[in-house]
Amino acid sequence: MSMLDLSIRQRLGAFTLDVSFAADGAGVTALFGRSGSGKTSIINAIAGLTRPDGGHIRVGGTTFFDSARRIDVAVEKRRIGYVFQDSRLFPHMTVRGNLEFGLRRVPAADRRIAFGPVVDLLGLGHLLDRRPRGLSGGEKQRVAFGRAILAQPRLLLMDEPMASLDAARKAEILPYIERLRDEMNIPIVMVSHALDEVVRLANTLVLIADGRVAASGSVGAVMGRLDLQAVTGTHDAGAVLDLTVERHVDEDGLTVLAFDGGRLTVPRVARAPGATVRLHIHSRDVVLALRQPAGVSLRNALAAKVVEVAESGPTAADVRLAVGGAFLIARVTRAAVRELGLEPGLPVVALVKGIAFEPTSGATARDRVVDV
Amino acid sequence: MDFLTPMEITALLLSLRVAGVAIALGLPVAVLAAWVLGRYSFPGKTLFDGLVHLPLVLPPVVTGYILLVTMGTKGVIGGWLYQTFGVKLIFTAEGASLAVAVTSFPLMVRAIRLSVEAIDGGLEAAARTLGAGPVDRFFTILLPLMAPGLLSGSIVAFAAAMGEFGAVITFVSNIPGQTQTLPLAIYAATQEPGGDAVAARLAAISFSVALVALMLSELLASRVRRLIGQA
Repeated sequence: MSMLDLSIRQRLGAFTLDVSFAADGAGVTALFGRSGSGKTSIINAIAGLTRPDGGHIRVGGTTFFDSARRIDVAVEKRRIGYVFQDSRLFPHMTVRGNLEFGLRRVPAADRRIAFGPVVDLLGLGHLLDRRPRGLSGGEKQRVAFGRAILAQPRLLLMDEPMASLDAARKAEILPYIERLRDEMNIPIVMVSHALDEVVRLANTLVLIADGRVAASGSVGAVMGRLDLQAVTGTHDAGAVLDLTVERHVDEDGLTVLAFDGGRLTVPRVARAPGATVRLHIHSRDVVLALRQPAGVSLRNALAAKVVEVAESGPTAADVRLAVGGAFLIARVTRAAVRELGLEPGLPVVALVKGIAFEPTSGATARDRVVDV
Repeated sequence: MDFLTPMEITALLLSLRVAGVAIALGLPVAVLAAWVLGRYSFPGKTLFDGLVHLPLVLPPVVTGYILLVTMGTKGVIGGWLYQTFGVKLIFTAEGASLAVAVTSFPLMVRAIRLSVEAIDGGLEAAARTLGAGPVDRFFTILLPLMAPGLLSGSIVAFAAAMGEFGAVITFVSNIPGQTQTLPLAIYAATQEPGGDAVAARLAAISFSVALVALMLSELLASRVRRLIGQA
């Protein structure tokens, strides 16, 4: 049974939203796309704040909307949490009052998530008696997370929860969302137009373009597709790999990460061996060679096979590579494609010279690209 | 209150009572009207808005006259009230309250509507996602955030009610101890030979009451704003 099963049509002024997708299990499903592509309209329909013209919305087997069967459950009866971009804390209540607002409206028998643990998890203990007015943007958003979670939702929606925060506040909030995801066991659907957030937080990625689903699937699979770069934005193009910490090389300050396509050596990652690390490898940080090169400073060379070659702009081309069960993308010149004879099926060596999004560092996306 | 004469005390207490009852009666209706006008659009809204504001643009004497015709013991509503419940509004303090409630009603609605419109609609959406139904939201979100408007609306309306002349004298006449509020008493005094001193004292009382009300409202307003997190 899907956690979320949705198919909706809705006229939105200039264009029509027409999307269908399903997401299962816990974890984060990211709705990713440009501003105005219809992402927020989708979660507003899930919450019940807007009514689609047709289709159905089912969450965890419960039907909240079905135009054919004339079902449209009221927002307040859906028990779907919603974290708004602008917090929307109640100004006349204390932080405690805000946190308890949803909790008090749930029958005692259904209160699975208790007040204390949520306050601890979000670090709100010292703020309980304050009014929202005096809080920083990051603190407000943390209270909004807590308020939504304590309403015991079946599903938590987040509308660009970090869009109104500067880079430092964003870095402060991200770990809290990760903890919500990992410890609260509530499925999350998050709207985002920032690729670094998606890569860091999401399991499932649904790409939305002009009111349609352009692609959906696991983050790694969707990010590895060449035909979607116009949607994801060429600037951040690249693949996503999930790796396991194999060992640390303390004398060199390095960590060896492993996946089914080989090993990568990166600057020390503050995770214990066995932990999972997600890397974002930009296409411009992958260099291709026909055979294992000698006498180069690059340490990370992976045996790969060309899967697909696509032109990207007047002089460049993107090459999709299969590395074990995962995918990498290399940005090369068209001249290189011609001279190396790059075509599907050709075995090559992928040299990785930079990685991004080391998941426990607090830096912003731009700073987080490190040479390896 | 040795420095006030019994007649002055009677007029002052009557005025306070008439205005107080008028606000108490008018406030719930005004909140409802302000909420509807500030939150919803519906066919006939302009007409409804016009009706609410009518007492503001009509001469008070006309308002009083309309009340006299409809609410008098022979009027459509007044007659029914009198025959069914034995309630008589004409020539009574209750009638005076009704008259000032009507004339001050638009002032109250305007002030409350401003604060309704100032409430971020997103807060209500947030409350809905947290499981609060319409009545719940009205009492936990809207009403508290309306408080500044309720306060300023009540004070303005109270002051207007204390000072209403035309509608009161037309509907319930000028009967000392029953319908003679401060402005009516001042008017009566000026009509009598040698009543200037009496009128001046009554005017001074009106002045003091207005001043106290104004200061009280300033004091309360800042407290209320702090209470609802706006300051």
